Amino acid sequence: MKKGHQSWIFNSKPIIISSAAVGGPFEAQGAIAEDFDMLHQDIWLGQDSYEKAEKKLLEQACEISIQKANLRKEDIEFFISGDLMNQIISSSFTARTLGAPYLGIFGACSSSMEGLALGSLLIDSKSANYVLAGASSHNAAVEKQFRYPTEYGSQKPPTAQWSVTGAGTALLSQKGTGPRVTSATIGRVIDMGISDPFNMGSAMAPAAVDTIEAHFRDLNIEPSYYDLIATGDLGRIGHQIAVDLLTEHGINIPKNIFTDCGLLIYKKEQPVIAGGSGCGCSATVTYGHLLNRMKKGEFKKILIVATGALQSPLSYQQKESIPCIAHGVSIEMIESEVL
Amino acid sequence: MSSKKNKKLTPTQQKYQKFAKAREPKPSVIKNCLKAFLSGGLICTFGQALQMLFIKYFDFTETTAGDPTVAVLIIISVLLTGFGVYDHIAQWAGAGTIIPITGFANTIASASIEHRSEGFVLGVGGNMFKIAGSVIAYGVFSAFVVSLIKVTIQALGGI
Repeated sequence: MKKGHQSWIFNSKPIIISSAAVGGPFEAQGAIAEDFDMLHQDIWLGQDSYEKAEKKLLEQACEISIQKANLRKEDIEFFISGDLMNQIISSSFTARTLGAPYLGIFGACSSSMEGLALGSLLIDSKSANYVLAGASSHNAAVEKQFRYPTEYGSQKPPTAQWSVTGAGTALLSQKGTGPRVTSATIGRVIDMGISDPFNMGSAMAPAAVDTIEAHFRDLNIEPSYYDLIATGDLGRIGHQIAVDLLTEHGINIPKNIFTDCGLLIYKKEQPVIAGGSGCGCSATVTYGHLLNRMKKGEFKKILIVATGALQSPLSYQQKESIPCIAHGVSIEMIESEVL
Repeated sequence: MSSKKNKKLTPTQQKYQKFAKAREPKPSVIKNCLKAFLSGGLICTFGQALQMLFIKYFDFTETTAGDPTVAVLIIISVLLTGFGVYDHIAQWAGAGTIIPITGFANTIASASIEHRSEGFVLGVGGNMFKIAGSVIAYGVFSAFVVSLIKVTIQALGGI
């Protein structure tokens, strides 16, 4: 049901009956390694290209969440997924393996929450019983496509971020137990004229702020409604900008409940410069770490605002600025279900 | 340049960029220059030592010793790139490892390794000069222009 200008309220509260996060070696050394269902020591995953390795990550994440829910892949009625590769090959090739009806989406790094919001809409409208939503990214594949060769020795500026090697999936259902998706806010494209691809945090922060503001306005709630509000991959610099921008707009989110997936995933001493980024960042942190903490009872209500930069390597070379988007999804534990 | 760029931006965009700029850490120019001087200098000193070695222990003169010296530097750079070490050194050294011949070797080696998965023709061959290509194209063109100037001055009875 539409609420306000750009939000949906899911009256049936679709249930995330299972979720999975798969990561690479760098994530295995990270701050939330224990929340991954599977970690790989080899960035190639035994494949002969980085792109195939990314597909493998997503396939495994799908497999694990289906297994956890005691279902078979034939039970999946719709698969919604997105990634950063040209023509979203990781998602489409995974859909080929899965054999389920598939909706491929592209929202750059916001694909994770775009998929979750659309999946919840399908469940809420009784258009499906089981929907699998996923997103993935691979550090080397992303660098190869968007920037320079992995081994190229260029010095990255202090605003640069580290793309996560990982995939996350969530299995949504009408029945069952687990955290429930209660609402979603679909973002507008915001472009503040920033064109430096090594400064994604600053480019995406206004989009996150716009969606957060819209979410509170549409739902008529206060930030204190949530126990945690996490943006997707703003990193250290983008997060600070978002905090200051929200304060300037009169929205005061308490410091201890506002964070960013790109800040949660790695340890401080890891050389990630300004933090994590990529589709896999919000997907693995949300579907692994944050949902686990919800199940432990640490949070009851969380809002994930996944941020995406919608540029292409060509548009950047043609001196276009970076259009950005953010989608917010709120996930809640309903009282009796806290174990 | 920045004023030309600003003309295309709306006032809100300009205001935001100022807002964001104040919160972005700047790369430390002095620190980076020092690091580049140290690392670049070290590479050049090493190259000099190699050259002297070639002159002293092998049958090379000061002019001919250049080739084997460069070859050794390139081999080391390519090996370090292949072992995945070069990019980590470069993050610290910056221009220090880009400017010497080692940086040039790294651009070609890294692009070749990266595109090996697309095969030898479309992958390695087609992408090898992805970054080095413009250096070669404009390097050769600049050399051509400079030599034209030299020839003209000489023809006019100059130096």
